[in-house]
Amino acid sequence: MSKIEILIIDDEPAIRKLLEIALESNDYKVWKAATGREGETIAANHPPELIILDLGLPDINGQDLLLELRTWYHKSIIVLSVLNTEEDIVTALDNGATDYLTKPFRTAELMARVRSAIRRNQTKEKNSSVIICGNLQLDMVARSVKLNELLIKLTATEYNLLCLLARNEGKVLTHQYILKEIWGSNYQSETQYLRVYIAQLRKKIEDNPNKPQHILTESGVGYRFY
Amino acid sequence: MKYKQTYNDRFFQYTASILSVLLVSVICFTFEKYIGYRVVALLMLVVVYLLAIFFRIVPVLISAILCAAIWDFFFIPPLYTFYINDTEDVLMFMMFFVIASVNAVLTFKIRKTEKIARDREEKENSIRLYNTLLNSLSHELRTPIATIIAVTDTLKDNYDKLSEKNRNELLKEMEIASIRLNRQVGNLLNMSRLESGFLQLKKDWCDLNDLIFNVIEKAYGDNYPQTVIFDAEETLPLFKLDSGLIEQIIYNVLHNSLQYTPDDSVITLMAKCEQDNCVISIADNGKGFPEDELEHVFEKFYRLPHTKAGGTGLGLSIVKGFTEAHGGKVKLENISSGGARFTIIIPAETNYIKNLKNE
Repeated sequence: MSKIEILIIDDEPAIRKLLEIALESNDYKVWKAATGREGETIAANHPPELIILDLGLPDINGQDLLLELRTWYHKSIIVLSVLNTEEDIVTALDNGATDYLTKPFRTAELMARVRSAIRRNQTKEKNSSVIICGNLQLDMVARSVKLNELLIKLTATEYNLLCLLARNEGKVLTHQYILKEIWGSNYQSETQYLRVYIAQLRKKIEDNPNKPQHILTESGVGYRFY
Repeated sequence: MKYKQTYNDRFFQYTASILSVLLVSVICFTFEKYIGYRVVALLMLVVVYLLAIFFRIVPVLISAILCAAIWDFFFIPPLYTFYINDTEDVLMFMMFFVIASVNAVLTFKIRKTEKIARDREEKENSIRLYNTLLNSLSHELRTPIATIIAVTDTLKDNYDKLSEKNRNELLKEMEIASIRLNRQVGNLLNMSRLESGFLQLKKDWCDLNDLIFNVIEKAYGDNYPQTVIFDAEETLPLFKLDSGLIEQIIYNVLHNSLQYTPDDSVITLMAKCEQDNCVISIADNGKGFPEDELEHVFEKFYRLPHTKAGGTGLGLSIVKGFTEAHGGKVKLENISSGGARFTIIIPAETNYIKNLKNE
């Protein structure tokens, strides 16, 4: 089986080197680009399974590059940047980033995100009607949810919310995105509904709602489902 | 604003000088027959002397002239004229005037010297603060950097000679140093955000219980020996707060407790809603703070004497700054049974829609 290909777009040689070593030792094939344009060319010629993108590039604004890439590239993009404000993160996610990790980062954390992003490509291709996450099983045809093999009762909104999160396993969904998808675009600033429903949902599907394993809070940004 | 204040102050000085001169004159005039008009001159000198201690030179000189005129007109015979008959009285009058003026000028000079000394002291204080800052910063930033460089060198030069155990220990040290360096830089950036005055709150509805569990996970992640307890209150409303800043506030206090309490301590967090205030308390059962240090703890670059290395004295002043940016306040007290309690009180909009109807 051929190795999974990953493209790194980062102008910092040290980071490129480090990522290359870390990824290759985890059996990935690595492409490297120091500028945005170079990255686009490589991505077009050898479409990788995942792009790791820095936002501070010398030739083009990373957010703009993200938008350009998203016009034709539909697999996962992880943004890896020193920019750590909530606005930067939300903008990148709105522009189509699958995930966002701030520098300095822990390599183990990056590897987990890389695996999750690649898995996401594959589940998206399969497009199955049943999603299984650990002890949780969602059947989107039967509209049923099982926890530890037992059916649990969710309200319509709770069910819709859980489906949206589960269909995007591993991806951070911003507050605004979730509100728009579940309640409609008039509710995009009504985060109080989201807070309450997430708390209710956690009580029903988490073993310990205070230490959630499925619905994780990305503070100031949104939620991530595993 | 400042101009208005000086103006008010000046106006007060003139009125007070003139009024006190007039008051003393009236009193002296009433009792003149018991004390004699020459003693009146001495009493008036006392008034000018006292005014000179507190007031500026111009009002004092004016009151000296006023005293002289009043004394001449109302007390020196012939009364109700400025004419002076007696040579002795002419001398008295002139001496009175000279003593009053010299007095005013001397006090003025003393005050000027005092002001110069005070200014110098203030300047020295700010230089001292700046030096403390530089010392603290260069120490706190360079120590982890020194560790990182030393570990890198050791590993590079002696990799084969080191046992695996030693190699792992060195790497662990390097990891700790990097995390510490990263935290110090974070603190400095937060401090400069506060100092720049451009800190803008991004308030949104906030599930404080979720937030606190998240912070505990983050701060406690490095496996501290202490026990951290948070009993979430189920009925806590949502608060409208800047969640990023609140997280930083709780993180910094918790991190501080984890750094400085003994290994067997219990740290207890609580979040409540009291009269539209969001109240967060973080208490420990450690040794507490020395009573006379309590009020200094939130000062910038302040560190308790004889504490272990690893802090810049910025963490708690950021707590204070971020809390005040929310219009709130932070309290620190020692608990009678031992340990210390930080209480953060922030006025905030609340929302009780915890239990929604099922659609």
